[in-house]
Amino acid sequence: MIRRKIEENFFRVLMVLATIIVGGSFFLIVGTIFYKGVPFMNLDMITKIPGGGFYIGKEGGVLNAIIGSLYVAGGATVLGLFISIPVAIFINMYLGGKNFIANSLRIAFDVLFGIPSIVYGAFGFLIMVYFGIKASLLGGILAVTLLVIPILVRTLDEVIRTVPHELRDASLSLGATRWEMSKVILRQIRPGILTAILLSFGRAIGDVASVLFTAGFSDNIPTSLHQPAATLPLAIFFQLGSPVEEVQGRAYASALILTIVVLIITILSSILSKRFSKNIK
Amino acid sequence: MTNNPHISIQHLNVSIGNQLILNDININIPNKKVISIIGPSGCGKTTLLKSFNRLLDDTADVKVTGKVLVDGENIYDPNMEVTHIRKKMGLLSQRPYPLPMSIYDNVAYGPRLHGSPKKSELDELVETQLKATGLWNEVKDRLNAPATRLSIGQQQRLCLARGLAVEPEIILGDESTSALDPVSTSIIEDLFIKLKEKYTIVLVTHILRQARRVSDYIIFVYMGKIIEFGPTEELLLNPKEELTKEYVKGYIS
Repeated sequence: MIRRKIEENFFRVLMVLATIIVGGSFFLIVGTIFYKGVPFMNLDMITKIPGGGFYIGKEGGVLNAIIGSLYVAGGATVLGLFISIPVAIFINMYLGGKNFIANSLRIAFDVLFGIPSIVYGAFGFLIMVYFGIKASLLGGILAVTLLVIPILVRTLDEVIRTVPHELRDASLSLGATRWEMSKVILRQIRPGILTAILLSFGRAIGDVASVLFTAGFSDNIPTSLHQPAATLPLAIFFQLGSPVEEVQGRAYASALILTIVVLIITILSSILSKRFSKNIK
Repeated sequence: MTNNPHISIQHLNVSIGNQLILNDININIPNKKVISIIGPSGCGKTTLLKSFNRLLDDTADVKVTGKVLVDGENIYDPNMEVTHIRKKMGLLSQRPYPLPMSIYDNVAYGPRLHGSPKKSELDELVETQLKATGLWNEVKDRLNAPATRLSIGQQQRLCLARGLAVEPEIILGDESTSALDPVSTSIIEDLFIKLKEKYTIVLVTHILRQARRVSDYIIFVYMGKIIEFGPTEELLLNPKEELTKEYVKGYIS
């Protein structure tokens, strides 16, 4: 009896400790960003593009990087969805979901999922050279799309697999074709699609390596796909490398902005998710 | 039996992977009667039912040989349009699975697939089918509410209405009352008895009392084979085969 009790308490303490470490790290990270970033935060940071003396600590903000990041992450997620939804449907509804080809595809996407983003950046760069595209918003979006497709496909795949088989049977036995049946399934998984979008957007907006060679960097807000675009993670990277204390501080302010953008997206999607699940739960 | 079977199964074999699920099934299902398929768990009842509307097509590694004739057409003919076969049959599964849309759209889903009916035609059709399943008075004020807000029993009747809306000839029920409370169960059973005026109904059930209450004929399946097929009272009270006798008495389950 006593041995069992000790065991129970031992593992309980371990679990609590692990949770504290994770929770603590979260607060430390967010705390550091706030502590270092807030003093350099001002309205100019989010409403102005860098001025002439921005990189020696003078006037301007990072609006170029905020807009650039939203363009890149948004564009890549939308483009990625157009490719991933058909793939996920094909694997599950047409290949039957459980056969050799379907499972091979899943493994392939798992491998792609694990590939470091610098590889996508390098690959994207090669494609750009081949097609003669310069480092630009378009290049950035393409590279990041490659990065998020595995995330989108695997998330959608998992979500589709949670749909009861009987719902497919129900729709099929009313005389639906596979595609008509797939549309019903897509309706059913709308909250799941939103989760996939969120995961993809989060990864896309925070990634440095894939946009390093592909998106370029510019102090201006891009007005066409062929202009170079700044992104927040790159802006943070460049500013942190500066010897000027003011500029380093702004790196933390930029990190704060990035965190808040992600937070807003998360909250928005959880509100939308409730609205979308109206007909399901 | 009848001279004019609605569904005629000839030498049907179904295997999944290396396992033979149904072994040389031969049977004629009479028109506009209720037929129950009974048998112990895992005997192939549901597979037999699903072979009627080719829902087996979706199962991995499945192999089907033999013929299933519906109105004289072999549904396993490679040239057969599968949606055409399925339109002839309404399926009612173990638990209700309403489509993720409103009550109205659930019933309208099938008719919309097979044509583009006018709003007024759809309204009328939805009302007719909801009345046929006794749901109209309960839902007429909230047709645009999500179908999932209904109780399980109501959902199952909605699924029946949804199936009837495509004007099938045959209703297939796969233990359709197993998730329902006794009151909803008896509503569904009464519906089956009423609906046999217009439809041929094939039910899978493991409740012998239910088979006795609703069906005209019973098929007893054991280990992938049809052991006995006969009129309800005769099969239950006076079975010819030893295996049927043991199952009916409750020795095999």
